Amino acid sequence: MSAALAVVGVGQSRQAKRREVTIGALVREAVDAALADAELGFADIDAVVLSKTPDLFDGVMNPELYLADAMGAVGLPVTRVFTGGSVGGHAAIFGAHLVAAGLARRVLVVAYSKESEGNFTWALSRGLPFSAHLGAGAGGHFAPVIREYIRRSRAPEHIGWKVVVNHRGNATRNPYAHIRRAGITLAEVRDSPMLWDPIRYLESCPSSDGSCAVVITGAELAARAPRPPAWIHGMAWRTETGHFAGRDEVNPRAGRDCAAEAYRQAGIADPAREIDVAELYIPYSWYEPMWLENVGLAEEHRGWRLVDDDRTAFGGDLPVNPSGGVLAGNPTGATGLLRFAEAALQVRGLAGEHQVDGARRAVGHAMGGASQFHALWVVGSEVPA
Amino acid sequence: MREVAVVSFAQSPCVPADREHDMAELVQPVVREALDAAGLDRDDVDFFASGSHDFFEGRTFSYIESLDAVGAWPPISESHVEMDAAWAFAEAWTWLQLGEGDVALVYGIGRGSLAVDLDQVMPAQLDPYLLAPLRPHRDALAGLQACAMVDAGLTSERHLAEVVARCLGAAIANPAAQRSGRVRVDDLLAKPYVAAPLREHDVAPQGDAAAVVVLAAGTAATRPAGRPAWVRGLDHRMETHYPGVRDLTRAGSAGMAAARAAEMAGFSAAEAEVAELHTEYSHQEPLLVTALGLGGAEVNPSGGPLAGRPATATGLVRIGEAARRIMDGGVGRAVAHATNGPALQHNLVCLLAAAPS
Repeated sequence: MSAALAVVGVGQSRQAKRREVTIGALVREAVDAALADAELGFADIDAVVLSKTPDLFDGVMNPELYLADAMGAVGLPVTRVFTGGSVGGHAAIFGAHLVAAGLARRVLVVAYSKESEGNFTWALSRGLPFSAHLGAGAGGHFAPVIREYIRRSRAPEHIGWKVVVNHRGNATRNPYAHIRRAGITLAEVRDSPMLWDPIRYLESCPSSDGSCAVVITGAELAARAPRPPAWIHGMAWRTETGHFAGRDEVNPRAGRDCAAEAYRQAGIADPAREIDVAELYIPYSWYEPMWLENVGLAEEHRGWRLVDDDRTAFGGDLPVNPSGGVLAGNPTGATGLLRFAEAALQVRGLAGEHQVDGARRAVGHAMGGASQFHALWVVGSEVPA
Repeated sequence: MREVAVVSFAQSPCVPADREHDMAELVQPVVREALDAAGLDRDDVDFFASGSHDFFEGRTFSYIESLDAVGAWPPISESHVEMDAAWAFAEAWTWLQLGEGDVALVYGIGRGSLAVDLDQVMPAQLDPYLLAPLRPHRDALAGLQACAMVDAGLTSERHLAEVVARCLGAAIANPAAQRSGRVRVDDLLAKPYVAAPLREHDVAPQGDAAAVVVLAAGTAATRPAGRPAWVRGLDHRMETHYPGVRDLTRAGSAGMAAARAAEMAGFSAAEAEVAELHTEYSHQEPLLVTALGLGGAEVNPSGGPLAGRPATATGLVRIGEAARRIMDGGVGRAVAHATNGPALQHNLVCLLAAAPS
């Protein structure tokens, strides 16, 4: 891979419980917006990659078949990837690979979930042979991992609440966010019901309907794009097995390896100083300090201090999730791509009210499964060196 | 394009219902066999790609289990398609083009037997608002397609029975086949319909199996023992979803994919000596022979899917079988076809040859 790649179009739907639109119409909102941003039509697209979390979430099997028409994919190669919640990031990276391999000039990467069509926690809690049937959903899985992080790092309990105040405050500046509640306070988060100790209700992501799409192309076409491109400086994916007593789910090696590879490609030696803004996959508040450490934006056990010192708040020196992130909207199939797309919007200077001033290099991050699947890209406003 | 070849293929026998093994147990011995045959170790693999589908497994994230079989530790570079594993093969081939690694392992797991009633499952592939509520049974759309083929004079019930008899006869020599034997066309024609004009034997039998293909690039492809099958061209294309606006007697997307693959390969499917086609139904053989523009190719010498259809592994098995013919030294050029979705909505074509370009 030698020639530079870039994002030249970004689109997303409003995230919410969207009972008034079909799945196809929801997807089309993002596709139309991404093509309009790039000032392209369906005829300009050579291949489509679809990102979606488990089909049991909303009941459509092989949705690329039904969505072929809504995505403008008739007559094109279509690939539907699935790697857990990281899938949106995986899809963007595979889309970039298709361009890098010379198999497409422009790739449309599409992602969605319409979780109001089904029951997310039910689908995640299906009984498995030879396993205890907990019915605990995702929060039940992640809570003990968070407790272990708190034990190791000796973080005070208000850190989780503070992340919520930051992210939910950020979401008020994002017109696409699902949950937009102004003026939320630490006391409100602290007093909200305990769901899975230590995760309280307001520290949890919602279940959302939403879609996202991006257009990825090579250097020559990106240079002719009508709006500034987001140049891809580095990208990587890594997977580790789930059933292995030696793995550390608090700080998974796959996440560290993934970030290190992307920074290596980007020529970044000190990510905490060289990255201006990060969009991280944070479904529960505590994952902000945990992922800051995992992707090398904070020292081990010290990620929570960045939160405590307001450095990751909007206006801090390393804003995290200025869009409001996953806590403000979680259409799981699209969530990973939204992180990648929001990072691209920041370095393009097109993030609107939640634009971070002077953002030149941004991280988009996604993870999935029991923190087994990791994808990350570094995008920048300048053509990579 | 970087020169990439299939250097190994293995599959487990396709059985009507495997109730002994979980996903990891099913695929692990096949991974071992494929790597051993290529003289490679798991640590030599730079990228893993797989295909399977939760709806056949009846739960979410089912493929995660299979990662235990490939041993994702230390962490690996890996991807998965929730499709037939032939598309995982396409992703691995794409990945090898990047030059970040030389060896990719592709695996497909298909377990068609787990669902209590596939008639309840397969309509979930359709438009959930306009088509799925009609609840067509699993073979209903194929029946419409076969009917259109017969009405257009493109095939006949006798011809379909001949296709089935030939495939089941060929499958006698395939130890992985689920169904095989010498059958008489007249006996087949005496059987009842399941979706007229299709009879039970016209429908590829659902079963369980795993398949593994090892791909290697450049010098890594020539290092393992034996003759590699070079991937000379690969493409896939999508039809509109709506059967009512398609001409079901044609597979334009298969033709497009074949034409694009031929541009890359420098030869076309017409020149292939062997064709392994993902025929989920007997009538799709004459349809695909025309769409791909086959010349004198021997079609489905393995018996094809009519001798065993392990759900999402079926298309990858076609690529593996086509490659095997070249690796065995029997043929110089082969074509493999895979499909996903009802009535050939999505088609993939791969051209393979004994010689690199």
